Amino acid sequence: MTAPLNLNRRLFLGAAGVSLAFAGRASAQSAAGPRNKMVVIIARGAMDGLSVTVPYGDPNYVPLRGGLAIPAPGQAGGALALSEGFGLHPSLAGLHDLYGAGQMRFAPAVAIPARIRSHFDAQDVLENGGEGLRQQTDGWLNRALAASGARYHGLSIGAQTPLILRGSAPTSSWAPGGKIDGGDRIASLLQDLYVDDPMLGANLARGLETEQMAMVAGDGAVRRNDVAGLGAAAARLMAGDQGADLVALSIDGWDTHARQLGQLQTRLTGLDQVIGGLHQGLGEDWDRTVVVVATEFGRTARANGTGGTDHGTGSSLLLAGGALKQGGPNSGMVGDWPTLAGTKLFEDRDLTPTLDVRSVFKGVLRDHMGVDRAALDTRVFPGSAAEAPACDGLV
Amino acid sequence: MPSESDVNAAIAITRFGLGARPGEIQRLTDPRGWLEGQIRSSGAANPPGRFDTSVERMQAFLDYQRDARQVRQARQDMPPATGAPPAMEAPAQAAFDARRDSRRNLVQDTAQEFLARAQLGATTDAGFAERWALFWANGFTVSATKFQSAVFIGQYEREAIRPHVFGKFENLAIAAEQHPAMLLYLDQAQSIGPDSRAGQRRNAGLNENLAREIMELHTVGADGGYTQGDVTEFARALTGWSVSTQRDQGLNPGALQQARYARGVQAAMRGEPGLNGFVYRAIVHEPGARTVLGKTYAAGEKDQGEAILRDLANRPQTARRLARRIAAHFVADDPPPSLVDRLEQAWTRSGGDLAVVARALVSAPESWSPQPAKIKTPYEFIVSAHRALDTSPQRIQPLQQALIAMGQPAFSAPSPEGWPDTAADWAGPDALVKRLDWSKTVADLARVADPNTVAANALGARLTERTRLAVARAESRPEALTLFLMSPEFQRR
Repeated sequence: MTAPLNLNRRLFLGAAGVSLAFAGRASAQSAAGPRNKMVVIIARGAMDGLSVTVPYGDPNYVPLRGGLAIPAPGQAGGALALSEGFGLHPSLAGLHDLYGAGQMRFAPAVAIPARIRSHFDAQDVLENGGEGLRQQTDGWLNRALAASGARYHGLSIGAQTPLILRGSAPTSSWAPGGKIDGGDRIASLLQDLYVDDPMLGANLARGLETEQMAMVAGDGAVRRNDVAGLGAAAARLMAGDQGADLVALSIDGWDTHARQLGQLQTRLTGLDQVIGGLHQGLGEDWDRTVVVVATEFGRTARANGTGGTDHGTGSSLLLAGGALKQGGPNSGMVGDWPTLAGTKLFEDRDLTPTLDVRSVFKGVLRDHMGVDRAALDTRVFPGSAAEAPACDGLV
Repeated sequence: MPSESDVNAAIAITRFGLGARPGEIQRLTDPRGWLEGQIRSSGAANPPGRFDTSVERMQAFLDYQRDARQVRQARQDMPPATGAPPAMEAPAQAAFDARRDSRRNLVQDTAQEFLARAQLGATTDAGFAERWALFWANGFTVSATKFQSAVFIGQYEREAIRPHVFGKFENLAIAAEQHPAMLLYLDQAQSIGPDSRAGQRRNAGLNENLAREIMELHTVGADGGYTQGDVTEFARALTGWSVSTQRDQGLNPGALQQARYARGVQAAMRGEPGLNGFVYRAIVHEPGARTVLGKTYAAGEKDQGEAILRDLANRPQTARRLARRIAAHFVADDPPPSLVDRLEQAWTRSGGDLAVVARALVSAPESWSPQPAKIKTPYEFIVSAHRALDTSPQRIQPLQQALIAMGQPAFSAPSPEGWPDTAADWAGPDALVKRLDWSKTVADLARVADPNTVAANALGARLTERTRLAVARAESRPEALTLFLMSPEFQRR
């Protein structure tokens, strides 16, 4: 319903208020060549891992899931074959192509360290990087930015900055639909008004800077709810020396208590388009990129009475990107499969996790983004020294 | 220095209300009395206009579902496609059109409800009662992100929330949880007790969603001491809480009496209607006693779930949690502990009487600290801008576009947790750009003689010298108004 946006607007490169606000940051970045990039996609609402990385080879899958089970590869509407008895949901065809090119991995049974089934609490833990609730007030991606000095730029896509990227390190945010036409004078007048309100001042300056980049890139025309366009727009904001390197993006709507089959098809098609948009849009930078898709928890192993599933524990995590190493120990599945045997279910209802989601984040941050192990164990994920970075040889 | 009474007049209207219309602050001589006068046992006023009741709305919704079924049937009846897709047969096309039209009508009605609510906000003389109602609507969120619940949101706020916001919390909770909007939003309407008469006959079962969210979001909170077992037990007790289906329709009071006394499955499948389109369906209720949080509840139809809900509403964790949320909403993201204590005591002393809690809020000294700590939500910002400019939103489209851009689309909280409530949630970089963007548009269109007067009227003694000067020195009326709308003291409250 949002009309295509007005592109007839003046750019404000060099507008006094904006450039002053960023003088410090701009000069701190030397031309050190292209930087590696990491995109974290949070699937909010508890993504059903058992429908994303389908364990069709597990003899208990179909009995537990009944009509919600995704058929095995080769059957009508069947999964797209991965290794070791797993398949990708048929709506993830783009990701499956990446898998074929050695640019996708899957961890079929991961979870946050805390065993909770509240979306909001679990998302807090996923994003704050602590071992439990309310241990951190900022997010781990922000602390990773801080821990890597001023090397990287952080960006969230969406009208609100998610917890994962909140914290002391400055970040920016961007959502489609802007049409501010420069306003060089108003921006600087507002900075004068905000001298006693540093939060408003800093955030508005950052927002204007990102808006300017998006306008240069022509993203004013991206429509809201255009999920595919979101990936492409994010990719444009990641390009060049001023582009973002650590990016957080959310996709909502995974809480499939009822009518799960149709809902998941829509969400996964969107997810596939976002990753496709990043892949296409990043061009050469794709080879320096790792995309991580994670969710707060999985869903019950059994179907419920309403064509859906309820809040569970283990779910799957996906990795994609040109930076993933070809071959090697983690070329397909990451972590172990606990099986869906009755005795193996967590609390007799959920997929049991075999891998702490922080281990995967730590692995990517260490091997790909160059954050050192000590900082990961103490600052980025405090108290996580026992959880070694997973997936050696991933990137 | 402005006098304390001038500051308090401005605080009463801007912090507790939805901002000042011209002259409002100047007229206010007794700020606390003005706030207390809005605390009425009848609740908060409803938006003006004639809208359907839930029962009327349910009929429209069932008509829509019937049309949708016919579309599906018509599609199945179509011959398999060979080559180019054939034009739709006439009956199929008619069914398709009917479905599209009824869906559009349902959506438009809900949009009109939202517009009416915004108009009430822009014009009401009881801004505090309105904010208090919005707070509780958010505490018991139903979101239009799900079509079925979108259909009933206007009714939900008018029937379940607004009449109860100054009554006992447990009654508000019952009204909210039993409303069709909530029962559809959190999947309760389809939950079936596995050992109920209906459950034994077919492969259907429990849905825990409502039970869990009542505990986690509406009452005791995630750290309220309950276990997965308590959630499941509560979910079993709630089975039978449902909404009308086609089968229940056409039950006039006479037929209803008959149905009650009739025997057999047909009669039992028919629900027992309650308020606002709620239906209790005994045939899906899980039989037996239930134990929740250590207390056992004897077997008992619809009342069993109600008894558990009332107990949850009256637990100390609920008082503590909601006292904090009220303080965090009205006063500061991280509210003074002494204020939270006061509200909690008022809650506990009065047995969860929300009028008493509201009075405690407006009489607490912590509530009147001069510094504006809270960032307005996008809705509060837009409504307060209308009030400052002495206008009222006339069309849903521009209102909705502005709300989408700022991150708070109409009636569409992202999850059952409702809208977030901190500065970090609403004043991120992009959100501020969108606020500036909207402010410029509004300032360009506004017909205002003197922006200096607008700013002085809207903020009273809260207008800072810095903002006053910036507005006075602006090079144009639109620039002056933009600066006023984006000033820290107008963005905050």
